[in-house]
Amino acid sequence: MPESGRAGSLPSRIPLRRGKTNGDTMSGLTLNSVRKDFGSFTAVNDVQLNVPHGTFVCMLGPSGCGKTTLLRMIAGLDLPTSGEIRLDGEDITAVPTHKRNLGMVFQSLALFPHLTVGENIAYPLRIRGAPREEQKRRVEELLAMIHLPGYADRPVAKLSGGQRQRVAIARALTRSPKLFLLDEPLSALDAKLREAMQVELRQLQQQLGITTIVVTHDQREAMTMADTVVVMNQGEIRQAASPIEIYRRPADTFVADFIGSTNLIDMDTDSTGRAIVLGQAIAGLSAPRSGKTILSVRPEDVHLTAPGSEGAITGTVTFVRDLGGTIETFIDCSGKPLIAVSTPRARPEVSVGQPVGVVLDPGVCVVLDR
Amino acid sequence: MRREAPQKLTDYAPLAFPAIMLTVFFVIPFGTMIAVSFFQRQQGGFYTPAFVLSNYERFASLFFANVLGFSLTLAVLVAICCVAIGVPFTYLLTRMSRRAQIVWMVALLSVLSLSEVIIGFAWSTLFSRTAGITNLLVALGLMQKAVALSPGFPAVLTAMVYQALPYTILVLYPALVRLDPTLTEAARTLGASPLRAFFTVVVPALRATILATLIMVFIFALGSYLLPQILGRPQHWTLSVLITDQAIYQSNMPFAAAMAVFLVLVTLALVTLTLFAGRKREAAA
Amino acid sequence: MSLFLRRFYFVLVGLFLSAPLIVVAGVSVNARQTLAFPPQGFSLAWYVEIFADTGWRNALFASLTLATLSAALAVAIALPLSWFLWRRIAPWANIFQLLGIAPFTLPPVITALGLLTFWATTGFYGQPWTAVISHAIFFVTLPLVTLSLGFSAIDRSLVEAAATMGAADRTIFRTVVLPLITPYLVSGYAFAFVLSLNEYIVAYMTVGFTMETLPIKIFNALRYGYTPTMASVTVLFVVLAAVIYSLIARYGDLLKLLGANSEEKP
Repeated sequence: MPESGRAGSLPSRIPLRRGKTNGDTMSGLTLNSVRKDFGSFTAVNDVQLNVPHGTFVCMLGPSGCGKTTLLRMIAGLDLPTSGEIRLDGEDITAVPTHKRNLGMVFQSLALFPHLTVGENIAYPLRIRGAPREEQKRRVEELLAMIHLPGYADRPVAKLSGGQRQRVAIARALTRSPKLFLLDEPLSALDAKLREAMQVELRQLQQQLGITTIVVTHDQREAMTMADTVVVMNQGEIRQAASPIEIYRRPADTFVADFIGSTNLIDMDTDSTGRAIVLGQAIAGLSAPRSGKTILSVRPEDVHLTAPGSEGAITGTVTFVRDLGGTIETFIDCSGKPLIAVSTPRARPEVSVGQPVGVVLDPGVCVVLDR
Repeated sequence: MRREAPQKLTDYAPLAFPAIMLTVFFVIPFGTMIAVSFFQRQQGGFYTPAFVLSNYERFASLFFANVLGFSLTLAVLVAICCVAIGVPFTYLLTRMSRRAQIVWMVALLSVLSLSEVIIGFAWSTLFSRTAGITNLLVALGLMQKAVALSPGFPAVLTAMVYQALPYTILVLYPALVRLDPTLTEAARTLGASPLRAFFTVVVPALRATILATLIMVFIFALGSYLLPQILGRPQHWTLSVLITDQAIYQSNMPFAAAMAVFLVLVTLALVTLTLFAGRKREAAA
Repeated sequence: MSLFLRRFYFVLVGLFLSAPLIVVAGVSVNARQTLAFPPQGFSLAWYVEIFADTGWRNALFASLTLATLSAALAVAIALPLSWFLWRRIAPWANIFQLLGIAPFTLPPVITALGLLTFWATTGFYGQPWTAVISHAIFFVTLPLVTLSLGFSAIDRSLVEAAATMGAADRTIFRTVVLPLITPYLVSGYAFAFVLSLNEYIVAYMTVGFTMETLPIKIFNALRYGYTPTMASVTVLFVVLAAVIYSLIARYGDLLKLLGANSEEKP
């Protein structure tokens, strides 16, 4: 069954684990110690992942982090150097692409320029020799689904970017695959269209209940669509969790910094075991377990008060960006730059050059290993 | 599709037919020709397997030195003329509309495809006394009486430039069409006249291309086997003509083969030079 | 360069390229059997002669047959080779690419002489089919170049997409690769066809004494003086070449085949 929505994906229900998977997972996709080397370069390093049936997963990371290579290995377009890939319990590591039942949308979309819209969508049926009637019916069904009825006979070149996008999606779904893979599918669209397509894609996936993996470098896209976000860097999975978990409880400084924006502040422990941040003891913040740690505070969790207030750190305003709905305040706290985002009403009137008090909300701060 | 090294023997199957054809009908004939160049010629047009150097020894004669010298000089002249005409022409052509370029290219390809026989015939007609260009000059009152312009060296040179010019333009085209147009525009904004921009920006940027083209046209001109024969006198015969003549009319296959091997060596040396020039260009880019 | 200078230059080059052909075209419509220009009278008799005279008709037929078959054979050699080089990683196989380009790069006399010694040694000298193979090898360069260009223009993700939709290698070739490569295949064939039609030296050295192609016939006729049919055949060949190249330009991207970037999308 598809998830009812990402709001419902509480941490306790996260259907995905890092670390060892139990081998008896029969339903869904499992990656076991998957590794890919290109010469001396390791593109994907010992990846463990379990994607239960019907889940929407976004693989997120900077370019060159190995996410596309991982997707291509799932599709069979690249062979892993070692490790195994299982789909519904069956080992498909060495199964050639055309024998895996999957649908894929390529970054370039890869629509066949010599075929019409309808012929593109019917392609998987045609090569299997399906009757003409069935092909026609399925094409009409899919065109209705992507809101392009009557487009079957158009040449692909005559479509707009968004329309081509939809056709590529429809074509990947023609034979109702077990696995729906998308490689940066929306990167060619303009910002507005991209946001609309994100919602549409998510709704479509929920409607079909199909296991879906999307590779993207756009964190907004991942947050909008995914049940589970897999953050990758340098060939490794850094964290795999629901979008809100990733945002609220990043596993390390890379994730904290990559997802949304954050203030990363060095944190020390004084002799009495209190947490010290920027020279100020923060009440309510559990002391670091050991050694030096880093505190991650989201800009919206940095509150501004009058300088010298109880428990506040004093800094100087260096720049103010008033966006109307929110105000971003850039502050210098004894050499450490911080950013605070506040609504106009919850913010004292301060301007550039003036001192300001900064209060960090201990309840929502995250302590990370340095 | 994974693009990978062939795994199974059957993966090599597509290669079989082309490999066999090219080996049997190009590599082996080439080898046969080299072998024949060492064979002994028999009277009456036959030859017997042997290993003699006499065919090569004949190169050391004044006659052969003259032929070789003339062939090389002619080819160099043709190459220089073609490049001198071709570079500005191709440059201007690439700045025209796609439509105009296509029309010119169709014309150039059509001329390039023409048989040497046809080119020879066409020019001999143009240079003839009865139907030639001089009739036009007479009609215009510029000349007293129509004359024949061939056979002669200018006729050979003109026809060979005619033959090689489309080839020159086609060789130059890819490099020129990809030349960044903002280069000359930048020169223009810096105050250079179009002509000055062409000589100070375009020509230097294409130095290696022009050198490579010169060599390729030179090789192309070396291959001309009929025009010197149709439009020239015997002293205008080139190595290619001599090879054809020895092989067909004198039936001296071993000597023809030896000259062909020699021509290959000259050509290969020049191709190597072209590649070297190309590599230098890449290194410079 | 000013517009006037440029125009003048193009007219000059155009005149140079067309002058001999204009004269030949004029000569070809002479009413009498003399080599005269401007033509004396007008007659298309010499065009009729190409088809009416047995010698010329046979030569035309021989040339067309030779060009049709040898271009087909050249494509049959070039297609699997260029496909293999595109599909597989096998650097050593590039040697065959080099072998395919060599015959056309070397002076034609060399290829012709090599084939002559080969056919003479194997005892097949003079057989008509040896000319087909000889021309196919000589012109294999052209389809090889156009097809290599065509394959490199295929976006590999199209092939991958077909695989993800369940197509095996053979199906992909038939349904995706072949339709995309067809324009290059046709151009390669057309180039080889036109050049084979005009080729003299290789044909002459392989079958010159047993068979007359049109260029051989023209040359033989030229040795014994002038016949107006030579002129009409020349015009016919120029027109044929221009028509074929125009068709390539009409249905394909001629400039891209010649090395320009692809046509801008409208």
